[in-house]
Amino acid sequence: MLTLFFRFALRNTLRHRLRSLLTLAGLIVAILAFGLLQTIISAWYAGVNAASPNRLISRNAISLTFPLPLAYAERIRAQEGIERLSWANWFGGVYIDESNFFPSFAVDAPSYFALYPEFVLPAEQQAAFIRDRRGAVVGAKLAKRFGWEVGDVVPLRGTIYPGNWDFVVRGIYHGRDASTDENQFFFQWDYLNERLRNTLPGMSNQVGIYLLQLAPGQNAAGVSVRVDAEFRNSLAETLTETEKAFQMSFVAMTGAIVSAIEIVSYVVILIIMAVMANTMAMAARERSREYATLKALGFPPHGIGMLVLAESLLLALAGGAIAVALTPPLASAISHQLEQFFPVFAVQTVTMQHQALAALGIGCVAAILPALRAMRIRITDGLRAIA
Amino acid sequence: MTPPCVSLQHVSKHYERGGQRLPVLSDIHFDIQPGDYLALMGPSGSGKSTLLNLIAGIDQPSSGAIVVGGTDIATLGERALADWRAANIGFIFQFYNLMPVLNALENVELPLLLTGLNRRQRRERALFALELVGLSDRLQHYPSELSGGQQQRVAIARAIVSDPTLLVADEPTGDLDRKSGEEILTLLERLNRDAGKTIIMVTHDQKAADAARSVRHLEKGELSALEVRA
Ligand SMILES: Nc1ncnc2c1ncn2[C@@H]1O[C@H](COP(=O)(O)OP(=O)(O)OP(=O)(O)O)[C@@H](O)[C@H]1O
Ligand SMILES: [Mg+2]
Repeated sequence: MLTLFFRFALRNTLRHRLRSLLTLAGLIVAILAFGLLQTIISAWYAGVNAASPNRLISRNAISLTFPLPLAYAERIRAQEGIERLSWANWFGGVYIDESNFFPSFAVDAPSYFALYPEFVLPAEQQAAFIRDRRGAVVGAKLAKRFGWEVGDVVPLRGTIYPGNWDFVVRGIYHGRDASTDENQFFFQWDYLNERLRNTLPGMSNQVGIYLLQLAPGQNAAGVSVRVDAEFRNSLAETLTETEKAFQMSFVAMTGAIVSAIEIVSYVVILIIMAVMANTMAMAARERSREYATLKALGFPPHGIGMLVLAESLLLALAGGAIAVALTPPLASAISHQLEQFFPVFAVQTVTMQHQALAALGIGCVAAILPALRAMRIRITDGLRAIA
Repeated sequence: MTPPCVSLQHVSKHYERGGQRLPVLSDIHFDIQPGDYLALMGPSGSGKSTLLNLIAGIDQPSSGAIVVGGTDIATLGERALADWRAANIGFIFQFYNLMPVLNALENVELPLLLTGLNRRQRRERALFALELVGLSDRLQHYPSELSGGQQQRVAIARAIVSDPTLLVADEPTGDLDRKSGEEILTLLERLNRDAGKTIIMVTHDQKAADAARSVRHLEKGELSALEVRA
């Protein structure tokens, strides 16, 4: 049951249908935009967030574009505190056309998936992958995008490693978590290396990055220091860091864009706050006479302030609720368009919480000045005001 | 002798306008007895509304004391004054000042939100007040769906619903046609005669003044002697 006071505020909100509807539409668009922009930012950081704290990555200290010798594998494995080791090379293959972009890697087949439990692959597919030298494992989203099934032949054109490469899909992995990237393409590092030995011997036996899994209870910093010390003053020095830090270094390159998006998302909220404050100020000004009457009847100033606040909050929270409800369906509609750029594009709970918080903030901030004005109105002045 | 309901003691009021002192009321000194029905008359700008506002506690005098029901309201702070108004004063305005988004019943119930009454008691009292003014058949009507006279009757119901000591009315018939105005005057008379309400009414209308028990004229900030009707 609505109390009289609440009904009063609610009907004030609905008083100017058109004005309230336009403000509501503005609120919905703004809070929706805020949610989608925040989702883009979290999609940007998806790799960072999905990174496991007990995986380290060793790369050439000069730059990621310089490889490390295959011979390092045994020496890294010999270090204390490392449970598993694998390695991978960025392949950068093109499928039919450049626009069909997806990340492709040559990985050490026997060890790779043991390091990545979040890539869920049926055991028999894993076995089939290892058996077939030209075998490939692809993410479920990627397979769906191109209609690939197990057994299909997928030709890729090499960009770093020249030539045409034919692979046979032997497995399709699913993500264990919502944040798992299901858009990647893996094939056997041995196959890559074998062909290079024959065609470009200078490029063979070279590893892009080593993937290290820490033994339980091991400290990431300590192991990193030990590994890097092992190769100090050698021809290719290593730089070892956590997977999170490694992913972060990619995001950092685009940090300015992310910051810009973040700023825009907050500016949108500030703008609607100003619009909403204007709506409330107009409404409160028109009601000077009513507020003065309420005061004359004995309503205390804070009661009048609450009435203005309640009116503002009703509008803001209604807009917020609609926007929050619309965000996930809209995001999933957009995600199909953005799949190549953002393998993981899902609205996070924390984003929706921030949307709700933004709505609350808008409602409160917009009400402050009009509420103060209504509270301070002098009864005799207010009663003289022309309604 | 019963103590006066309202006692104004050397009340003056002036406004400051651009450094200039604009006197409105000077040294007003008079009592209103309980159960009186006083009409305040006088030319426009003579300070009738100002005087009424002082008595009703929505404006403060520049000097002097205003004692209503034993309380000197000139000494009360804003919050205490608001509580005092809620308990002691019933307002009737020229332009009704009903809340447009509330229906008749809700408008009348509104002042009772400031009392300790529960929902059911509030509703019962509001229904009773509306019955007194003869609007039991218009409970769900909004102000825009009522005639001026009906709106003023709702306003009167709102003024009496919390059973205040004093009713103050500033030109209650000023915006009404003759017939509706007469209905309102009859209603005020009945409230005074049957319910014993003390009423102070500002009016320009001689007919309205004739309905009151006593009349005072205000001219250039000064009050005439009391005229008591038969
Ligand atoms: N807030 C104010 N500031 C300055 N002067 C004011 C203010 N309020 C009222 N006055 C002046 O005080 C005088 C008395 O005003 P008041 O409203 O009491 O007159 P009134 O007798 O009720 O007139 P009317 O019959 O037209 O309603 C007027 O000259 C008015 O200009
Ligand atoms: Mg007046």
